[in-house]
Amino acid sequence: MIDLRELYQEVILDHNKHPRNRGKLDGATGQAEGHNPLCGDQVTVYVVKENGRVVEVRFEGHGCAISTASASMMTEAVKGKTIEEAEQLFRDFQSLVTTSGPANEDLGDLEVLGGVRDYPVRIKCATLPWHTLHAALQGEQTSVSTEK
Amino acid sequence: MISLSPVVDISKIRAEFPVLSRIINGQPLAYLDNASTSQKPEAVIQAMDRFYRTQNANIHRGVHQLSQEATQAYDLAREKVRDLLQANDAREIVFTKGCTEAINLVAFGLSTTLLKPGDEILVTTMEHHSNIVPWQMAAERTGAVVKPIPITDEGEVDMEAYASMLSERTKVVAMVHVSNSLGTINPVKQMVAMAHNVGAKTLVDGAQAGPHLRVDVKDLDADFYTLSCHKHYAPTGVGVLYGKLEHLEALPAYQGGGDMIRTVRFSGSTYAPVPAKFEAGTPNVSGVIGVGASIDYLRDLGDRVSAEGGLDGAFRWIGEQEHQLTGYAQQRLREIDGLRITGTSPTKAAVVAFTLESAHPHDIGTVLDQHGIAIRAGHHCCMPLMERLGVSATARASFAFYNTLEEVDRLADAVILVKELFS
Repeated sequence: MIDLRELYQEVILDHNKHPRNRGKLDGATGQAEGHNPLCGDQVTVYVVKENGRVVEVRFEGHGCAISTASASMMTEAVKGKTIEEAEQLFRDFQSLVTTSGPANEDLGDLEVLGGVRDYPVRIKCATLPWHTLHAALQGEQTSVSTEK
Repeated sequence: MISLSPVVDISKIRAEFPVLSRIINGQPLAYLDNASTSQKPEAVIQAMDRFYRTQNANIHRGVHQLSQEATQAYDLAREKVRDLLQANDAREIVFTKGCTEAINLVAFGLSTTLLKPGDEILVTTMEHHSNIVPWQMAAERTGAVVKPIPITDEGEVDMEAYASMLSERTKVVAMVHVSNSLGTINPVKQMVAMAHNVGAKTLVDGAQAGPHLRVDVKDLDADFYTLSCHKHYAPTGVGVLYGKLEHLEALPAYQGGGDMIRTVRFSGSTYAPVPAKFEAGTPNVSGVIGVGASIDYLRDLGDRVSAEGGLDGAFRWIGEQEHQLTGYAQQRLREIDGLRITGTSPTKAAVVAFTLESAHPHDIGTVLDQHGIAIRAGHHCCMPLMERLGVSATARASFAFYNTLEEVDRLADAVILVKELFS
């Protein structure tokens, strides 16, 4: 029997249906747009940085359940973190979804997205919001793409 | 469940396509991504294998036996494509590396010989990127402008709007014969005639028509017609550009190199006549031989499945088969709440694209794959069309004659599971 529940865990389905922190953020100090040209997914991430911290973060766009849930969970995970902590989380998340075995760090809810590592074409769906967050935090004005 | 034509044992035909026996994620493969690429029959695979084992040589060069055999096989394939398109003359058939290259060749050529600042190139809103971007590049080079012909909500060309856009400024009309995203079969014969009335050149992108329709370029009167051979049971890496002889002769060479020349001197070179002028370098010889074998396969299929026989019989039967599959798929999918079919023209080829309220097309694609069902999810290289439809992506099932009603049932049943998972 096929276990799609490994990929689409309840937490993911819930974040997909009820995304947290979705919508434009007025007064953002940084924002970036991310694209996956292979599938047309698009996400914009807005951040407000204060004293080296991510005090507010929101996203908008359209994508699959994996990218929507990943963006939603990401906003919850990085809110209130220092920029360095958020960047570290990005790196840990990347290794979670690309390498086998347990994550080095306790990534909390984010770990439910580890299932995408068994679906190579879906990994970029999970990482697109994070790449976009990274660009927003760096204050890059250019948009990011999953394809270099 | 209704059943298909009783005279044809579809399981025998399926057995001629080796990949169809694959097991994917524990289930028999249901390959419903034929608009991306078709599967290849044993006869095509064997023809290419046989070429490499017994005849491999470069063409149009050697005096030795193998080169002569390879040249003969390559030229024979050109004649078979002429027959497939019902063109007048085999010199009107140019082999390219794909349909995309064929369109680029024409767009590049016309930007040298025809297009001037202010000229208009009309393309339909439902074009594949490969019939938009080459024209945008031609426009950049020449100062011409590309204008999209609107479509209706059903996914048909808005013929009134098209008529009103035609003027003496219109120099090129590029249109898709069958839409890869919607399945709509466009009235290209009429559109070509309307373009000709204002003196415009026409290019018909036949990438999705090739597998489904008995194309007759003489009847359509298209100036240029392009094919993507891997979509009709031939290998990847070969496309076809058909052009009326006088139009091909008027186009400049596209790439320079061996085989496209008559004489080369440092003081200047002269070029070979068509079609060699457009086939610089060693072509995809084995691929072209595979194309020839795919046409033989279709002709033989026609003899087996119809009294009419040949390519005429083959395409009539293919059309009937796919009409049943598409109709049944639309019937089953329409029963699903929250599912919307995109492309509802009554004149459709074997494509059923849809969206679900509760699930994104990629999630549909992943869940279906886990059930052994291959479909395409995404924008189908038609971003302007997706924008027009107000969606970012669709899920698309596309059929070939070897598909079955049972596979359609599996598709619909799995889509119901997707809906349950995400709602």
